[in-house]
Amino acid sequence: MFSSMSARRFSNRLFIILATLAFLIALVPLGSILYQTIAVGSTVLNTDFFTQITPPIGGSGGGILNAIEGSLVMVGIASLIGIPIGLFTGAYLSEYPGRLANNVRLVAEVLTGVPSIVTGIVVYVVVVATLHRFSALAGGIALSFMMIPIVTISTHESLRLVPSSIREGGLSLGISRSKTLVYILVSTAKSGIITGIALSVARIMGETAPLLFTALGSQWLMTSVFDPAASMTVLIYEFGTAPYPSSHAFAWGAALILLLLVLGLNVVVRIASRLKPTVPI
Amino acid sequence: MQTEIEKTRARQRARHHDFLRAILIIAAFAIPIIAALTFYALLNGSLDSIQAFGFGFLTGTAWVPNPPNGGPPILGALPAIYGSVVTTLISLLFAVPISLGIALFQSELAPRRLRLPSIFLVELLAAIPSVVYGLWGILFLVPFMSTYIDPGLIGSLGFIPIFAGETNGLGMFTAGVILAIMIIPYGAAVMREVIAAVPRSQREACIALGGTTVETVRIAVIPYASTGIIAAVVLAMGRAIGETMAVTMVIGNVARISPSLFLPSETIPSVIANEFTEVAGNNIYLAALFELGLILFAIAFLMNLIGRVLISRLTFHGGTSVNV
Repeated sequence: MFSSMSARRFSNRLFIILATLAFLIALVPLGSILYQTIAVGSTVLNTDFFTQITPPIGGSGGGILNAIEGSLVMVGIASLIGIPIGLFTGAYLSEYPGRLANNVRLVAEVLTGVPSIVTGIVVYVVVVATLHRFSALAGGIALSFMMIPIVTISTHESLRLVPSSIREGGLSLGISRSKTLVYILVSTAKSGIITGIALSVARIMGETAPLLFTALGSQWLMTSVFDPAASMTVLIYEFGTAPYPSSHAFAWGAALILLLLVLGLNVVVRIASRLKPTVPI
Repeated sequence: MQTEIEKTRARQRARHHDFLRAILIIAAFAIPIIAALTFYALLNGSLDSIQAFGFGFLTGTAWVPNPPNGGPPILGALPAIYGSVVTTLISLLFAVPISLGIALFQSELAPRRLRLPSIFLVELLAAIPSVVYGLWGILFLVPFMSTYIDPGLIGSLGFIPIFAGETNGLGMFTAGVILAIMIIPYGAAVMREVIAAVPRSQREACIALGGTTVETVRIAVIPYASTGIIAAVVLAMGRAIGETMAVTMVIGNVARISPSLFLPSETIPSVIANEFTEVAGNNIYLAALFELGLILFAIAFLMNLIGRVLISRLTFHGGTSVNV
């Protein structure tokens, strides 16, 4: 089973070096992306960047106010729809286990793997083609479609970690099942549930593909949620792929703001939960 | 003997319970509804294309939405399918060994104090939005590849057709590299969960026999976790094939099937992202894009289902359950 001692020591060292190297290799793109974004993105930051609407591609000046507005509004719509439905579904999965619950959980897992561009097409059919217009509402609904399975799974996982003795304790005191769920289980699992929600918000804030055919993009501030809407992500895509260096700098600036929001939320939440690893979704 | 008050309370409780249960069940229907809507919207939208092209859609190599002579569109999905398959394979080539290395580093090697921070850093890599990868890809990685990596490969391995030709950095190779970077955190996380579920006693038995770290991994950990590792690869493959923004930004977007990895090409999601808003009343063209979406959905669905079923089986083989 074991070969000669020196060969064994060598292969052991080699394994340790390779595995450590694999980890270090993964840090290279992380460092490079952060460095590039900060180094180039910070050069375009000024007051105008936050208070003006976007210039035409290739134009100069302007800011990303409309994109920030669009992103916040659509993430807000998605959260209004996605958080309650995800929470309730997660609670259903933990409260009423059985065949139906197992299947819903499996479908939720599979939905997290559905490419986000496909979600864009679906919401194009369901909302855009029905209302005959691209809109922030459609973008928000597309994001909520992505959010629901994520919040469902993270809520379910958090509730599952509550020891059954705590649930039984509540029931044995004669507290109703619904009150046990709301006052005992949910409050015990609170931090895990909030972590899951915050991470799902960070996730959908960075989504681009579901917005391309739903919110479309816009150069203006929106007057209602039935208007097409700009977003930071679509702006980065459009300006980043344009052939003008000034547009590229602009895209880096928007990427810096987006990363600050998305990674900032991730860092805060993960440090608050003492770096406890989350379920990979 | 129950008093009237107790009976009323019991009834109230039952009502509360029924009310809660009703709300939870209604909410739980959202997920099957989204899944059904997805399938229906894609299938219904594709009908025109399925009727017009039949199975030929999957093997057609031409992509001419608006023929210059005004004839009907000629649309074949093979270039996009080819691009998706090749970029996914390139990404797996890099991502599988690196993900496995990271998972083993984090579960078997990392000192206690470094374990959680190392997981945290890899989770941050997963949190970076796709479009930011794309921006970094087109403005940093593409020039980097065309200056340093691609010419080296063409110079040394150019006699192999896949490394032949010229490069401007845009193409399947760069797309595969950026895809690899993007799926590494996910693959590593799933593999780590799977490896963490290997019982301690497995490792201890091997160590007790005098096994070194690598021998313990090879003899006790990997065989036990092999199904889960395969599941992780399948799940990561599903992610890679559906990844849109970063690939669209670095692949060059040309419908072509060429052996060279350095020529501009396209993938299923990149075609949809680029062309969906440009169909302008061309119904067959729109239906063909829906059919591409249907194909993509079918592949991703299958990959996820296989991966999930493999992982759910693990739990029955003893050991702790795997939360993925």
